[in-house]
Amino acid sequence: MLEFKDTVAEAVAGIEDGSIVMIGGFGNAGQPFELIDALLQSGATGLTVVNNNAGQADEGLALLIKEGRVRKMICSFPRQSDSWHFDAKYRAGQIELELVPQGNLAERIRAAGAGIGGFFTPTGYGTMLAEGKETRFLDGKWQVFETPIHADVALIKALTADRKGNLVYRKTARNFGPIMAAAAKRTIAQVSEIVPTGGLDPENVITPGIYVNTIVKVG
Amino acid sequence: MSEQTTSNLTTAGGAPHGAPQASDAPLGRDDLARLVARDIAPGSFVNLGIGQPTLVSNYLTDEQDITLHTENGMLGMGPVATGDEIDPDLINAGKIPVTELPGASYFHHADSFAIMRGGHLDVCVLGAFQVSAGGDLANWHTGAPDAIPAVGGAMDLATGAKDVYVMMTLLTKDGKPKLVPELTYPATGVGCVTRVYTDQAVFLIAADGVRVRETFGITFEELEGLMEVPLIAG
Repeated sequence: MLEFKDTVAEAVAGIEDGSIVMIGGFGNAGQPFELIDALLQSGATGLTVVNNNAGQADEGLALLIKEGRVRKMICSFPRQSDSWHFDAKYRAGQIELELVPQGNLAERIRAAGAGIGGFFTPTGYGTMLAEGKETRFLDGKWQVFETPIHADVALIKALTADRKGNLVYRKTARNFGPIMAAAAKRTIAQVSEIVPTGGLDPENVITPGIYVNTIVKVG
Repeated sequence: MSEQTTSNLTTAGGAPHGAPQASDAPLGRDDLARLVARDIAPGSFVNLGIGQPTLVSNYLTDEQDITLHTENGMLGMGPVATGDEIDPDLINAGKIPVTELPGASYFHHADSFAIMRGGHLDVCVLGAFQVSAGGDLANWHTGAPDAIPAVGGAMDLATGAKDVYVMMTLLTKDGKPKLVPELTYPATGVGCVTRVYTDQAVFLIAADGVRVRETFGITFEELEGLMEVPLIAG
């Protein structure tokens, strides 16, 4: 059942401690800052967060980490010049890290949304990120078995929603939004604009409303 | 860069598969980027890694009609954005604001990595800590016990592109070759590198071994003396 909420606090209500939360964005592009702030305010803790990075500077996901709400990060690129909150927690042994090659991260999320139980890929073969994983020689290459990443909740940012929950994004802020929307049991989208049903050209819809549960307008 | 270096580089570029050709001095970062740019076939789809490889985009010509891919979901990436062009929703893999060119397209992350992993990119250009004689690449992790590991899209690019070019200095700061018989740093990909562009020579990773295509400021014999990897001339 699609819901439209008036505030981000209402939109994130009910996210339980210990949830697996996918958060859209690549760096700051597409990161749903307002929803993350509301999640922080909600007090939810012990979270496993799936994002490409592990927070930048003193905002968004970085604050969630700083405040000790994140038990585990699943990401491809945690270390950045301004990832000091993650760095401090990691060095203190206060956060778990599952490091995933970015294409495996994207495909594992996609696989979850598509009902795929796992897949073989050459990415990572012969590296420490594939240690202990099943391998097979397929199509002339050694390949590594990877499993889907499911989530309880996805927090994503889109440009425009219609009243059916269809979404369009903006430029490279699209990144993980569409695949996370499909992979999570509950998808919460913050958007800049809500238009009436029929207000989006069906040919241009990127995320069909079937994947979206909650929409809130911000800004 | 001196005029002398320019003319030697032009000669070398004009006969890329001939005998190794010496130039007077090692190449600077920009000269090396110019050389890589010149070697990319017209009409190619290309991904340039973060750091030194990004310089290659400065030397691609309109006539080459190269389409740049960025892993965060775009084909047809234009130059770095300045002033009013800066848009936080339009960034490259290094999270730098960029521009879009006419004919650009956007797609989500799984599609973007399908482009990389599915073998659709003609060339990717990456930096490296080390490359082995067999084309193994190390560019994501020093292996230092206190280092926080971060891999990004490096493993996908290394295994997915049709050709993987590496740009790096030939030697470490303490004078050790980075083109080595076997990696000592953690691997990014196995047997994936096809060419290595360095300030002192261009190496082709071939079925019969490591070929030296051209040298800069060093002779083939001097290069052989410097390295543990057996080298083949031409």
